[in-house]
Order: sequence, then structure tokens, then C-alpha cells
Amino acid sequence: MSLRASLKQWLDERFGWEALTAPLRKKTVPLHRYSYWYFLGGMTLFLFVIQVVTGALLLLYYRPGANEAFESVQFIMTQVQFGWLVRSIHSWSANLMVFTAFAHMFSVLFLKAYRKPRELTWLSGMVLLFLVLGFGFSGYLLPWNTLAYFATKVGTEIPGQIPLIGRPTLIFLRGGEDVTGTTLSRMFGFHVAILPGIATLLIMLHLGLIQWFGISVPPKVENEWKQSPASRREMRFFPNFALRELMAWYVALAALGALAALFPWNLGVKADPFASAPAGIKPEWYFLFMFQSLKLIPAKIIGLDGELLGILSFGALAAVAVLLPFLDRKKPFNTSRWITGAGVLVLTYMVAMTIYGHFAR
Amino acid sequence: MDSQSTAPPPARRRFVELILGTGLIASAVSFLYPILKYLIPPNLPDFGNEAVLAARVSEIKPNQGKIFRFGSKPGLLIEATAGEYYAMSAVCTHLGCTVQYRADLRQVWCACHNGMYDIHGRNISGPPPRPLEALDVQVRGDEIFVRHKAEG
Amino acid sequence: MISAHLSSAQLRRISGTIVCWAGLVIVGSMGLWAQTKDSCMDCHQNLPEPFGVAAEKFTEDIHSQKGLTCASCHGGDPTADDPEKAMSRAAHWKGKIDRHQVPELCASCHANAELMKTYSPSIRVDQFQQYKTSVHGRKWAAGDVKVAVCTDCHSVHDLRSPSDPRSTVHPTNVAATCAHCHADAGYMKSYGIPADQFSSYNRSVHHDAMVVRGDLSAPTCTTCHGNHGAAPPGVESVVNVCSTCHVFQAQLFEKSPHKTAFSKGGFPGCVTCHSNHEIKHPTDEMIGTDSHSVCIRCHTEGDAGYKIAADMKTKLTELDSALTRSNSILGTAERAGMEVGEAKSQASQARDFLLKSRVTIHTLDSAELDRDVTPGLKLAKETFAAGQRALDERRFRRVGLGVSLIAIAIVLLGLRLYIRQIESE
Repeated sequence: MSLRASLKQWLDERFGWEALTAPLRKKTVPLHRYSYWYFLGGMTLFLFVIQVVTGALLLLYYRPGANEAFESVQFIMTQVQFGWLVRSIHSWSANLMVFTAFAHMFSVLFLKAYRKPRELTWLSGMVLLFLVLGFGFSGYLLPWNTLAYFATKVGTEIPGQIPLIGRPTLIFLRGGEDVTGTTLSRMFGFHVAILPGIATLLIMLHLGLIQWFGISVPPKVENEWKQSPASRREMRFFPNFALRELMAWYVALAALGALAALFPWNLGVKADPFASAPAGIKPEWYFLFMFQSLKLIPAKIIGLDGELLGILSFGALAAVAVLLPFLDRKKPFNTSRWITGAGVLVLTYMVAMTIYGHFAR
Repeated sequence: MDSQSTAPPPARRRFVELILGTGLIASAVSFLYPILKYLIPPNLPDFGNEAVLAARVSEIKPNQGKIFRFGSKPGLLIEATAGEYYAMSAVCTHLGCTVQYRADLRQVWCACHNGMYDIHGRNISGPPPRPLEALDVQVRGDEIFVRHKAEG
Repeated sequence: MISAHLSSAQLRRISGTIVCWAGLVIVGSMGLWAQTKDSCMDCHQNLPEPFGVAAEKFTEDIHSQKGLTCASCHGGDPTADDPEKAMSRAAHWKGKIDRHQVPELCASCHANAELMKTYSPSIRVDQFQQYKTSVHGRKWAAGDVKVAVCTDCHSVHDLRSPSDPRSTVHPTNVAATCAHCHADAGYMKSYGIPADQFSSYNRSVHHDAMVVRGDLSAPTCTTCHGNHGAAPPGVESVVNVCSTCHVFQAQLFEKSPHKTAFSKGGFPGCVTCHSNHEIKHPTDEMIGTDSHSVCIRCHTEGDAGYKIAADMKTKLTELDSALTRSNSILGTAERAGMEVGEAKSQASQARDFLLKSRVTIHTLDSAELDRDVTPGLKLAKETFAAGQRALDERRFRRVGLGVSLIAIAIVLLGLRLYIRQIESE
């Protein structure tokens, strides 16, 4: 018997491997003109795994604490063999993951995969998106350089303005009134323990739900297939789609390697809390659209504080986005088109603001 | 199109498996090699907030200064009076020359442009715009350790 | 009419109150009038200069702010409205103060320690004494009316403290004040002094430091010439003047062969090579044996000095280019994304040696210069090597990337073929 077959038998005798993996072998992926978008979810998962692996490796040398953090990252970049590679991949993969997470969310929105019965999948996915942003925000401070320090300062200042909960939130995020070594410890705890723990559970839930419901088909395609059932095409997940996904993951690896080798991540200058903020300080690109919007809002709108209104608007937008599956209904009127329209608007706005924020002084 | 499924010839099959196998192994090696190398710790003295042995009590006298290596930069240890130690960065804040202790003046002096600092590192005359970064001194027995000041 | 409705007692009360208040007003205003009565300003603030002074101008004057009046210097009676009485002999009126009398008039207060102490306990009171030792003072004593007196530099009627940036003797304005006379070729002709110092100074590095960089401690005319005791420094004492700031260069010069050579030849130290007013930022071009150097003004090919000049130039150039090469490669490495922070800080230490060398050349001793150049060269070599290592590492990374990309490409090819294979089955 071949090695593969004997391995299978070994597992089956102990875990009922065949029965356990039967549903997976039956899993299919619908094939249509939008099928390529299905890669995004898996890509995000893959990049998350990359982050866990490179993150764990970084943990072997990184030291949290205002006196040592920067020096430890410098050590990794200059003294540890391939430290530059591990760290640069971690930073680039983080950015790529934020991108794929947003792309995955928007593709689900436009392909309407959030509809009944997949509401919980959408919910868990949105929370995961916020967690990804949380990872990005908390991780950014860890090298303790000037940009990171001031980005964190501004970034925690903004939620601090929300009435009632703002100040407690600020104190919670900063571990105090100001951004200090305590903030660094706290962000480190979020980044390597708390957020990963919550994220792992949610990912398992998210994947389990996807398994349970199968892959969604966009309504337009569904209608076409209803009209001519023969045109319905499905691809087996194992091995066909999985192998294709593996190809995509290898391409991602190539991209990450190239980015890390050709554009290694900057070390920056060690943060000095007493120095004044450098001119033109901006957050990372994925927060830029919010940052730029807040900059453009007039100081007062009908007597209310402009910036606060902006923050609350973003909060309202997030709430609407989370509750999207419950807003998509046929009665009293078909909201589907509205949701698509709103999605296009929001996406355009976010892209435009990000570009604007990048080039604005 | 022929409806009968055609199994590829064994040679073809083997070729594909060879390519895939080679690729998988090669790529796995190219990923694992850096990771394994990464796991091997560099053979270097610790960089961090560890204290540096600047001098021994027995080798420095009152009204004397000693330059010592602090990380990648020079540091200056001064014994002002018996048992009274001050340590500071020895990098002049003007243009980066290495300063020295002048026993005759009881002050820290930069030879490049005549900058003067007091024994606490405060710039008192000449071009230097800022004081020298003060460092923490800890005397343990005969050993004088210097480290960065703990964050305030 | 009113009286018809009021009783006599009430009337008495009312009129009494009115009289009291009126009296208070009259007496009060008399008192006030007596204090602020300044008949001088009453008329003269409306007269055009030079007969009068605008009130706004005079309030800027530090003497006016300290409570002095026109009469304090000009005499006269400021309480008298009648010009005959106000500007009378009896009132000790001096009239317009003659130029020649200005120094002694000012000194009547400013040389009086007891008096000046009441205004400013640590103010100097030797200005007149110093003035008498100066070229201006000596000529004044001999009767010259063209030379500067107190008011020429300090202005009059809007005299400000020297620390006030609008003062004519604030460091940033001193040169322009001196230039009023000293840049006027016609005015200076009778003294046989050139009038180009101001324009020369304006092209100098000291002017740059003061005006462009805002360094108030940079030298201006009075820094080297003195203010009240102004005199050009003698040949032997120029070095002392420059050495107040340029300590090392002066010390090294004193020990160098130039010291005795210059003394013998009557050449002033420092100025001979660096000029006095138009002191430019020194460059390595000043040293050596080519056409721009100052050395060949005296030295010729074959003499000992010539050889030393050539040697020192070679050493400086060697260190300078080593540093440039090193910084260049480190810059390239950094732009390529390599971490070279440590090497860069070492390179700046190497630069220290170059800075020191440019001071050490004043010894005119090749061995001394070597002591600074050699370690600098050593460091530059090390940092250059670090830069090369960084670029080597960069190449290694790219090769490694290439290898892994090839491996990934093979995988992608293999997967594609495999997928095709299993799907054709």
C-alpha cells in the first residue's frame, strides 16, 4: 500500500477520518464570471497565518518597553540573520492583509453573499475586519519610532473626543493620560495575545459557518442558473479549487518576498516624547481616509463640533455596515440596489480620500 | 471533444510530479533556510537596557573622568568628589565630537570648538545648544555600572 | 426760580457743596498742572526738527522713561510758559548743545557712580574714561569736531538701551552705525582711512553669523575695536582679539613658526591670511600651493614652508575625499534600504577628525597634522568597508530573492500542470 493510503488508514482507524472528511470532499465552489473574487477570503486567511508565523519569530527577539523596543527592532534588522526578512515580511503582509480584508468585505457586499442565511458570517467577518484594523493599529506602535509614537497619539486622541465614553476609551487604549511606555506594554498585550485569541475564535466560527452554509452564489447568477439549470457549474473544492488557491498563495509569497527584499521596512528614528511632532504626520494608509475626512470637516456644523460629528458619522457608518444583512430586504421596498449604490459610494469615497490624504500636505 | 477521459501517459505524469515535487521542495527550502538561520541567536553582547560596566571604583580617582563605550557611542564617567559619580553621553551636542573631562577646570570640555559643560552635562558656554544626555550610575561593590535613565 | 421752592437752610447746604467741589477741582488741577507742566515740550513738540522733537519720539527715549526731561540736559525752566523766562540765563538754559560739549555733558551723569547706581546698580561708569583713550576721544580732545561723540552712535532724544533691537548700538545695528562715517569716503578722506570696511564686513562670515543666523554673539565692529575705547588693534595684538573666540587656532599659531616670522616682518597674525573685515569662510583651497592658496603669497617653490603647505594640503584632501567616498557609499546603501545607522554615526565621528585637522594646520607641523588625519583616515576606511558590506548584503538579498522566485515559479508551473492533469482525467 502506498504511503498516502497507509496514512489514511491509520487516521481512519483512530478518528474515523473518512467520515470526518466526507463533507469536505463534497464541498464545491460555484463557477461563474465572479468566481475569482472567492480567492480573497482564503488569501486573507493565508496572510493571517503568515502574520502569526512571522510574528512568533519576531517575538523571539523583540522586547517591549520604551527603553528597549526600538533597539530590539534595530537588532532584528541589523544583527539577526534574516531578521530584516522576517520583519519586512511581517510589515508588508500586514498591509496586504488589511487590503485583502477590505477587498473581501466589499466583494461580499457587491456579490450579496451576506443575505439570509449568512447573516452571522457577515457579522463575524465585520468584527474580524475591525480586529484586523486593531492589529494594524496596535502593531504599528511596537517599533517605538517617531512616526509610530505620534500616529498613536493622534489615533487615540480621536476616539477620546466621543462624549461620555470617549475619555474612558482613551485611558483604556493608552493605559493612562499620555502615550508612554505603559501604552507600549498595553498595545503589545493587545497585539500578541488578546487580539490573536479573539481573532482565532472568530476565524474558526467564520470558517465553520462557511462550511455549514456553503459558498454563496450572487443573485444575478442564481437567476440565470434557475432559468437554465444546465448552465450551472460547480468545481470541487478538494483538490481543484484548493490547488488553485495554493497557486494564489504561492504568488502572494513571491510578492511578499520581493517586497521585503526590494523595499525592506524602515526602522525610523527612536521616539522622543519630548520632541515636537514632525510636520505632516499621517496615519498608515488604511486609516488615511478617516484622517483626511476629519481634517476637511469644518470646525462647526450647525453649531455642533465638526470633528465630533465626523467621528460619530464614521461610527454610524460602521454600525450600518455591521447590520447590513438585516437592512437588505424586499419589503417595504427592495433595498438591494440601494445597498449596492451605497457600497459603490462608500468605496469610491474611501479610495478618493486615501489618495487625497496621501498627496495632501 | 472526445468524451472518453484520457489518462495522461505515465511519462507525462512523472514529469509533472517531478516539476511539482522539485518546486515544492525548492520553495520549502528557500522558506525554511532563512527561518532556521533566524532562530540561531547572533553572537553579540546584549544591546538593551543592560547596564554597562563603565569603570571600577579602584581605577578612577576624584576629579577624574573616563571615556567608556556605551552601546555604539562613547560615554563619560566623572568622579567629581570621592564617591560622587556622574555619567553622561560623551557626544557633544554641537557637532558630535567626543567631549572630555578637564580636571583643571572641573568641567566637561569639547576640544573641537571649545564647548563647555558642567559636571551634570548642562551646556554652559560655547557652541553646544543642548546638555549632554545624563545617564544613570549604579555602584555595586567595586564596579560602576552605567545605563540609560529609566523612563520618567 | 429754584430758590422759591427751597428753604434757606437747604440753599446754604447746596451752595456750600458746590463751592467745596469747585475748590477741590481747581486746587487739584493746579497740583497736577504743577507736576506735568513741561513748557519745553508744549512748544517744541510742534516744531520741526532740528528745532523740536515729536512727543512720540521722545517717549521712546530711555532718559525720558527714567524721568529725565528736556531741562535735565538743556537747562531752562519748564514751568515757565514765557519763552523769555523759560529759556533764560537765570534758568541755566544751555540751548542747543554744541557737539564738542556732548561727551562732558553725558559724562556729568554717566561717569557719576553714585548717581548711576540709583538707576542701575551694575551699570558701567567708565565710558568717558574709555572714550578718552580711543582714537575718537583723542581727536576730540585735540579739538576735532568731525569725530564721533556720544550722540553720533547712541542717537539723541530717542536713545534706546543697547539691548533694544531698535537701538543704534544693538549688535545687529552697530556696523551700520559706524558706517555712517566710516563708509563715507569723502568724510574719511581727511583722516587717510579707507572707507570700505563696512562693505567688506557685509561679505564676511561674521556678518552672516549675526544677520543670517541671528547669532548675537558674532563679532561686529565694536567686538574687535572696542566701543567707547575704539581703536584699531595693533599688529601684535590682533591675535589677542581673534583669540577671544578662536582660542585653539590662536594657541597653535603662537607656537608655530609663523609667530616669530610675522613679528619680524610686521605682519599681523590671523589677518595676514584671513583678512580683517572681509573674513570669508575658510576652505581647504586657502592652504596648499595652487593659485588660490594664501601660502604662495610668501612662500615659493623649494622653501621649507612651500613643502609643508603642499604636504598639509595633500593630507587634508586625502581625508576629505575618503570621507566623501565613505558617505557616498553609505548613502547609496541607505537608499537601497539597508540599515547603516551605526556606520553613519561612525562616519560623523570620522568627520570630527577632519574638523580638528583644519584647526591643527595652524601649527604648520606635519607631524601634528598627522595625529588628526591618520585616525580620521582609519575610521573613514572602516565606514567605507561597512558601506561595502551593506551593498554586498543587498546583492545577497537579491540573489536569494531570485532563487526563491525561481523555486516559486517552478511550483506554480508544476501546480498548473498538475491541475490540468487531474482535470483532464
